[in-house]
Amino acid sequence: MKKKLVCALLSAAMVSSILTGCGGSTDEGASTETTETTETTETTDEATDDAEAGDEATDDAEGEDTASAEGGKVYYLNFKPEIGSDWEELAAKYTAETGVEVKVVTAASGTYEQTLKSEVAKTDAPTLFQINGPVGYQSWKDYCMDLSGTQLNEWLLDKSMAITDGDGVYGIPYVVEGYGIIYNDKIMRDYFALADKAVDISSAAEIKNFDTLKAVVEDMQAKKDQLGIEGVFASTSFKAGEDWRWQTHLANLPIYYEFKDNSVSDAAEIALTYGDNYKNIFDLYINNSCTDKKQLGTKSVEDSMAEFALGKAAMVQNGNWGWGQVSGTEGNVVAAEDVKFLPIYTGVAGEEAQGLCTGTENFFSINSQASEADQQATIDFVEWVFSSEEGKAFATEKLGIVPFSTFEDDEKPTDPLGLEVLRYMEDSTLTSVSWNFTAFPSQTFKDELGYALLDYCNENADWNNVVSTFVDGWKTEKEMSAE
Amino acid sequence: MQKALKKYFPIFALPTILAFIVAFIVPFGMGIYLSLCKFRTVTNATFIGFDNYAKAFANKDFLNALVFTAEFTVVSVITINVFSFLLALLLTKGIKGTNIFRTVFFMPNLIGGIVLGYIWQLIINGILLKVVGADLTYNASYGFWGLIVLMNWQQIGYMMIIYVAGIQNVPPELIEAAKIDGASTWQTLKSITIPMVMSSFTICLFLTLTNSFKLFDQNLALTAGLPARKTSMLALDIYNTFYGRTGWEGVGQAKAVVFFLIVAVISLTQLVATRSKEVEN
Repeated sequence: MKKKLVCALLSAAMVSSILTGCGGSTDEGASTETTETTETTETTDEATDDAEAGDEATDDAEGEDTASAEGGKVYYLNFKPEIGSDWEELAAKYTAETGVEVKVVTAASGTYEQTLKSEVAKTDAPTLFQINGPVGYQSWKDYCMDLSGTQLNEWLLDKSMAITDGDGVYGIPYVVEGYGIIYNDKIMRDYFALADKAVDISSAAEIKNFDTLKAVVEDMQAKKDQLGIEGVFASTSFKAGEDWRWQTHLANLPIYYEFKDNSVSDAAEIALTYGDNYKNIFDLYINNSCTDKKQLGTKSVEDSMAEFALGKAAMVQNGNWGWGQVSGTEGNVVAAEDVKFLPIYTGVAGEEAQGLCTGTENFFSINSQASEADQQATIDFVEWVFSSEEGKAFATEKLGIVPFSTFEDDEKPTDPLGLEVLRYMEDSTLTSVSWNFTAFPSQTFKDELGYALLDYCNENADWNNVVSTFVDGWKTEKEMSAE
Repeated sequence: MQKALKKYFPIFALPTILAFIVAFIVPFGMGIYLSLCKFRTVTNATFIGFDNYAKAFANKDFLNALVFTAEFTVVSVITINVFSFLLALLLTKGIKGTNIFRTVFFMPNLIGGIVLGYIWQLIINGILLKVVGADLTYNASYGFWGLIVLMNWQQIGYMMIIYVAGIQNVPPELIEAAKIDGASTWQTLKSITIPMVMSSFTICLFLTLTNSFKLFDQNLALTAGLPARKTSMLALDIYNTFYGRTGWEGVGQAKAVVFFLIVAVISLTQLVATRSKEVEN
């Protein structure tokens, strides 16, 4: 009898502990719903936990319905980890102002697609997310809502930049970025002041084509001890996941010229007619670097930016987003007024008129499968970001160059590289190189190209391997992704 | 009490069973279903039949990864078990400081795979840059042996503990009897110790075999498949397939199902084979 009692008590304790467990999560869910005015900002990990708890507690869903009936809420899955906390602050301001709940979750660097894939499958899916271009649209089109009727679309300075399909607009770019060869003008001035320099120009701004660039770079490399640098170019990083500057950004140039010749914006097959130009610049990078070309496989982008910031290298290929990395490096010796852009010259005829590579990989899309109230709340939020005082201040400071007409001339970015991009864009004698890599077939294609380039650096394979990987990979990957 | 336990069994086991169903059975069933689908997110799938499996096998990456994984598994299972058994023998001889040694050998096992991968990447690169002037990604065999060293370092301590427990359980009277009969150390080891610790072998072989086959973190952190996917193992290949191309999620899932079957068949075969050699204490 006594044993039975013990057993019964134990079972009761067990059951009650389970119930309290469940009850706890229900309460939590309820409390977040009732306190709608307090916005929730979390990192991905916490969000996952939260969503799991939400799955179990079905009461949660009911709570959401009532919440959305009142006016909807916003869930933004942010792409840029470096400004994740800034988005959260902005969301808090919006919530304080309007009472609409805005949840910001930031995907860890390089995991946006993975995070989006799992977040979208949840009941509480992101209402605002971003796609990276036409290829991204193809994979997410079931979730992209038509934005053609929104003010955001109206404000867009260049409507051709948006992602369209038929009459609909499904992705709106919210930031324009540019990349090229970043150089440290102080080192360049030192070089041009040398008495025995091998070139007859006297400033880096006079470099207008590949031949001049090559002559300058090779002479600088030969005189690296005099200049106090370890090499002209920072490491050509090839660590896994860190090779996008070569297999995406640099590979954009031959594709840009080929597409321009054929007047197309995408192709099922490519001939890589500008393959030699690609080789020109790539060889220049790896042969005149501070790192031996057989030792690139473990270098990261951060390593190269640090080499540039510490004055070990005079040039590095990257975009205007790289300024934060340079200025944030401990022991940075590069002054803001010395950091300048040079277009990536590859030896194409007429490249004197080539500008930086400008475009965007960041398009806002609104979840078409979210409730209507949530969609409206999201549109309101985005429009607020690009039209209100606080929002615009955030955009110019943290996002950079924003392509909307709501921004006045004095509301422009302040970082030196952003200004450089603007300078190039506004120079009417120059033509910017568009971002055609948004049409690259797949991540696998880029990875394979990166592997081929690394094999070329390591001398495990010759340049022909890069060419065949590029051409054949393009064709097969286009076919595979089209299925 | 026995009877009462039986009676209340469902209540006591309920939470665990529920958790097992939610976290294991359901995803497992979904995984098999999804391998027959074309899908973007797990809740938005269309059934397409065995197409994904055809694609998975038509893709040479999968077979390359399978070969690499098999080679790695053979080498690492042998080295880990040999070294850990030798260490276990050494550390049951009553040497001074045995406990300290055991702790030290066990400690690497407490570090996570990703961290280990990065630490060993630094160490191995440091050596390679000095000796051959290139890094880990220069040659696939560097990556292979790097992984072997890493896994040995991580797993030997854990397996050693299991062997130590087994060896300590060998009845001393058997050893004594063998000694009186004039058996040499080698004969004692071969005819008494090893048969008596066969159950430890079963568990250690099982653990090393499945761990090596399923290896992911260490692979990702140490080489991430570089150069050119030549050091990418099955789990990493599945991961890359899943995220590498639009519309190939199902192929990745199909590879995962095949992967499960391979691991299940191999480890069950091994379990049956070594179980049959076990002797009752």
